[in-house]
Amino acid sequence: MNAPTLYGLCAAALVGIGLFGLILHPTPLRKVISFNLVGCGTFLFFGIAARRGAGAGFTGDPVPQALVITGIVVAFAATALAVALILRMLEAGAATVDSRPEPPDDLSP
Amino acid sequence: MSLLVDLVLVALILMAAVWTIMVRDRRDAVIAFIVLGLLLSLVWMRLYAVDVALTEAAVGGGATGLVLLRACARLLPVEAEGQLPGSGTQIAAGLLSALAAAGLAAVVLHPAVPAPSLASLAAESIDKVGLGNPVTAVLLAYRSLDTLLEKVVLVLALIGVWALTPDAFWGGAPGSLRARHASGALDLLARVLPPFGILVGIYLVWNGADHPGGTFQGGTVLAAMWLLVMMAGLREPPEIRLQLLRRLVVFGPAVFIAVGFAGIWMSGWFLSYPPDYAKPIIVAVEAALALSIAVILGLLVAGPAAEPPKR
Repeated sequence: MNAPTLYGLCAAALVGIGLFGLILHPTPLRKVISFNLVGCGTFLFFGIAARRGAGAGFTGDPVPQALVITGIVVAFAATALAVALILRMLEAGAATVDSRPEPPDDLSP
Repeated sequence: MSLLVDLVLVALILMAAVWTIMVRDRRDAVIAFIVLGLLLSLVWMRLYAVDVALTEAAVGGGATGLVLLRACARLLPVEAEGQLPGSGTQIAAGLLSALAAAGLAAVVLHPAVPAPSLASLAAESIDKVGLGNPVTAVLLAYRSLDTLLEKVVLVLALIGVWALTPDAFWGGAPGSLRARHASGALDLLARVLPPFGILVGIYLVWNGADHPGGTFQGGTVLAAMWLLVMMAGLREPPEIRLQLLRRLVVFGPAVFIAVGFAGIWMSGWFLSYPPDYAKPIIVAVEAALALSIAVILGLLVAGPAAEPPKR
């Protein structure tokens, strides 16, 4: 077994573990963390594809590597937005994210 | 011997991943996730993807971890840890996840031969623009439209976060990032590290054309320095109504789009570069983007406004 195959199996396990956490945890923040695990696994698949596609004098195919860099940054932006939504929803008076928020306290000046 | 290193890394990663999912306290889960991000950046080194390793360590582990840790601190008094579902659901979820993982593993074990690769096409475009770092060449020449759209996504995410500001606070500053307990070590670090960090950030951007590094990596280091100063309480987050701040946010994407349209006029296509000036134009675009990325990442971590604007 060579290194790319080993890391490919690791990526598959990461996606599986992340998926399990996504279903298992009822709280939204834990779901976001689990989804990030799935993302990590998916990105790692790109790394395997890059390593296997090495050619033209490169140690890895630069196209999937560049896509992963884009992907990591977009995943961060999505995580930040999701976390902001969760916090805002709880501040607005929802006991959990599943329940309907109560009308917020009067914040207008 | 080298495979032994890989095996140890994989074992550590799987332990961190299982810990992230199974640990009860969500703060511990976030810490395990940060550890996982740092381990993954080592894996990217093992896969000869230095640029991705830099990004994963800075954004995947660092910035994401910071956002999640802040969320933990603010969730603590509000939301209880939820009840896990019953054992029947757990077993079903476990089986489903194992099935998904097994399917992916099967794909890994039976790869396409020969492996699909765009390396030779990317190499052609590198020769055209004269960059030494193939990943930067792909990001800013061969697949520049992806990179442009990603910048737009970052701006949209920031608009989305800002849109969550309560009406009364609109235009005000995000909540303070200052640590609840003053820490001498953090204070010292925030005073000593930024000059070096900013230098490293600029170096990564400047050097990224020919060596590992680039806009993201450099921009993230710059953002990290700004966040460090804010966390030590030496500076508070700026009010989001500031025109300068908003201009900095859109500066990079706007320069990129302007260069894209100039490409139609100079060499025939949107986002194409005139061959003789490709490298200086790309470095200029990278510098503009790095500045905007640093500001956007910092503001995404800081979150929506949490206090009314000062008159």
